[in-house]
Amino acid sequence: MADGDMTIGKPISRIDGSKKVAGRALYAAEYDAPGLLHAAVVSSRIAKGKITAIDAIEALALPGVIAVLTHENRPRVAAFRYAYKDTVGPPGGPFKPLHDGKIRFADQPVAVVVGETLEAARDGAALVRITYEEEAFETDLDAAKAASFRPRLPRLGVKPAPKPRGDFDAAFAAAPIKIAAAYETAAQHHNAMELFATTVVWEGEDKITVYDKTQGSQNVQLYLKQALGFKLKNVRVVNAFVGGAFGSGLRPAHSAFLATLAAKHLKRSVRLVLTRAQMFSITYRADTRQEIALACDAEGRLLAVRHACVAATSRNEDQQETIVNWAGLAYACDNAAFDYQLARVDTPTPGDMRAPGAAVGVHVLECAMDELAYAAGIDPLDLRLRNWVEHDQNDDLPLTSKAQKACYAQAAERFGWSERSFGPRTMRDGHELIGWGVAGGVWDAFVAPVPTRARVTWRRDGRLEVAAAASDIGTGTYTILAQIAAEAFGVSVERVEVRLGDSTLPFNPVEGGSWMAASTGAAVAKACDKLKAALVKTARKQFKLRGKSALSVARGAVIGEALPGGAVSLNEILAAVGQDIAATGTNLPDLAGQRKHSSYVHSAVFAEVRVDEELGVIRVKRIVSAIAAGRILNPKTAGSQIIGGMVMGIGQALHEEAQTDHRFGKVMNHSFQDYHVPANADVGDIEVIFVQEHDPDVSSLGVKGVGEIGLVGVAPAIANAVFHATGKRIRSTPITIDKLLD
Amino acid sequence: MSEDPSAMPLQLTVNGEVRDLRAAPWVTLLDLLRETLQLTGSKKGCDHGQCGACTVLVDGRRVNSCLILALTRDGSEVTTIEGLAKDGALHPLQQAFIEHDALQCGYCTPGQICSAAGLLSEGQARCREEVRELMSGNLCRCGAYTHIVEAIETVRLSGAEAAA
Ligand code: FES
Ligand code: FES
Repeated sequence: MADGDMTIGKPISRIDGSKKVAGRALYAAEYDAPGLLHAAVVSSRIAKGKITAIDAIEALALPGVIAVLTHENRPRVAAFRYAYKDTVGPPGGPFKPLHDGKIRFADQPVAVVVGETLEAARDGAALVRITYEEEAFETDLDAAKAASFRPRLPRLGVKPAPKPRGDFDAAFAAAPIKIAAAYETAAQHHNAMELFATTVVWEGEDKITVYDKTQGSQNVQLYLKQALGFKLKNVRVVNAFVGGAFGSGLRPAHSAFLATLAAKHLKRSVRLVLTRAQMFSITYRADTRQEIALACDAEGRLLAVRHACVAATSRNEDQQETIVNWAGLAYACDNAAFDYQLARVDTPTPGDMRAPGAAVGVHVLECAMDELAYAAGIDPLDLRLRNWVEHDQNDDLPLTSKAQKACYAQAAERFGWSERSFGPRTMRDGHELIGWGVAGGVWDAFVAPVPTRARVTWRRDGRLEVAAAASDIGTGTYTILAQIAAEAFGVSVERVEVRLGDSTLPFNPVEGGSWMAASTGAAVAKACDKLKAALVKTARKQFKLRGKSALSVARGAVIGEALPGGAVSLNEILAAVGQDIAATGTNLPDLAGQRKHSSYVHSAVFAEVRVDEELGVIRVKRIVSAIAAGRILNPKTAGSQIIGGMVMGIGQALHEEAQTDHRFGKVMNHSFQDYHVPANADVGDIEVIFVQEHDPDVSSLGVKGVGEIGLVGVAPAIANAVFHATGKRIRSTPITIDKLLD
Repeated sequence: MSEDPSAMPLQLTVNGEVRDLRAAPWVTLLDLLRETLQLTGSKKGCDHGQCGACTVLVDGRRVNSCLILALTRDGSEVTTIEGLAKDGALHPLQQAFIEHDALQCGYCTPGQICSAAGLLSEGQARCREEVRELMSGNLCRCGAYTHIVEAIETVRLSGAEAAA
């Protein structure tokens, strides 16, 4: 790329790529410090009860072990639950690690062993003997849902179930064609590749730098300050590189608390890394039980919609997601009813995982639409188009844009949908049954609900620096922010340096819900405008220009006829000033606009599966997904985001489930061997299409965000393809062989 | 820190450099690389041989370094991701991974690239399907698989790895 080229919208390779492929990107567990100690966590063997005795003698006798911290001997920490609140948690009282001897869920951390080496800490943790008194517990949602309830306090930023409209009961009773079905979705674990890890560098009296695996450095900073009694300015949290998170790093993890607790106690630097198994006790995507009822007339027009859900939550907090709302939003329907309830189980609090709510809610809706299509004898794609709506009926607001028709058309064309035969079990290739399925996807086009800031600096070394306390969890944030700044100054991306993932940088909320591109991106654009104005002003002063002579910034220079030679490079201007020049931009959420219209991002997904008739083995042969997400800043990194979502959708459809043995209240498959995430050979051909969508109202850059939508619609497209192949409607994810052969 | 009395001597050639080291019998090659040598390019995703993030080349063969006790490889030659680039130029696979966007968070990436390098020198993979199958020991939760296969295929078909 040369100076002056347009960079926004170009498929630029990620600017942090060379560090990552060379092993030079440092993640939380990879920072060193003088005299660094290692910590390991001891996990509870029981799911509920209390600790009656702790025997750490053997552990402490192990060479290299220097401390065993438990609730009995830990330093003083905050007692009140509000001190443990973070900026994104749901209503309720957060879990307080090592607070008391009570056990609330299996694998709860009960002790931290600190050693001179990784091995000493790990082996010491195996030697701590803990005696428990067990209590009765419940981890089975099917049993717990007898006591389900509607959440009393809504969760900030999550829409409660919509109000009913029309008369569902009467319309459903009178309708000629209808379906009603119960669905189950399994609990899933994020399982990012990087283990949860925290390196706390003790910088001297009560001052720490914390390298942490998190989606929000400033969220963790605030949490550690409150829970562990540091001064805010003495806590710096760094997450420059994050090895995936998918929502698991939205809230501060107990590993960050425990590592900092140990460092505070010993006044030394400490690194704590959880094991893969222990990561299953941080948070998870709640399992759900859902009921859906749809009715239509002979032409396929929806007459009645009802969607109800019971989702798992913990004893102490009310995790909430938007699950049933989509049924009132995706298609035109005047008679609709909704119910969203929670049921308490003895587990850690479930949390957001990629496309929270929509992943499971839209799954059920889109499977049910397929059921209705077969009940009505209408092509499933056609049924969706016959119920087209461009108005948000839940909130009675117009949509800023919805290019989903183009998604359906382009993806169907690419996939070859017109070649499909309607009947189940009508397509085969030897002993393999072929199935083609379709589903639509929808997700919020969020803009961060709080002000988002960024600072842009033109440096004397001729480089443009962008700085924000945003996170790049693999999403491409580094790259798109560089593109936005490069374009504003008309310079090549190579001249831009982006600093992210540091709590000392300008304020950003936690990275989640795909709002970063729209919000932080807009803050960078605003900062660039301010910086350009400041540079123009400086040039005016330097060249003593009076009056209205027009000046502008392009190609890294101030340009104007009044200037010597018509242009002066920014470097020259700065050399004369003798210092870097910076400006900070702030993006505010458009609250007035949000009351006037709704914004969503949409997709259309087509999947082909092959099912071995005798063995029941399902393979995903290919998926085509078309996405309408407003302006795409970088089709290369955005395309990867979509593909990543699609791969996780394959996992949701076919592989992923936490298998809890309810006799022990414990997830038994807590490893990569037993909790299968899609591997290379599980993923067939994948194609992503971005359709044109111009939406100036959704955000100042016209961006909607692409982190979640790639996942939504994939699992139902696969499930519908499995029905088409086999004639079997499996209403429970994941669709495993046993269910298919049952 | 006082040295562990159980530590024993071992010699490894790591990325072309002979290193005389000491390690306790229970220290894995991965932990030795990451903790003692500060070669943190090799990642830990499971510590159980189930994810491939720790893949390095030992005497030219790809292995899960979390499953290997360092002392058992006395005298071996180890190549990690830090050693793949030659004279400041990225290995063709590293270059292809960037170009094809075969990474997102980047955490599985060093393991993927070392595994791919091993795969290409094994000469086993002759088509995309085989690459998919033979790269299935390296998980990528970001789901970059299709791009990973494209990157490897580009290098395989160009024969560039032979020259590297
Ligand atoms: S860390 Fe070695 S295979 Fe996962
Ligand atoms: S790039 Fe994130 S796990 Fe592969």
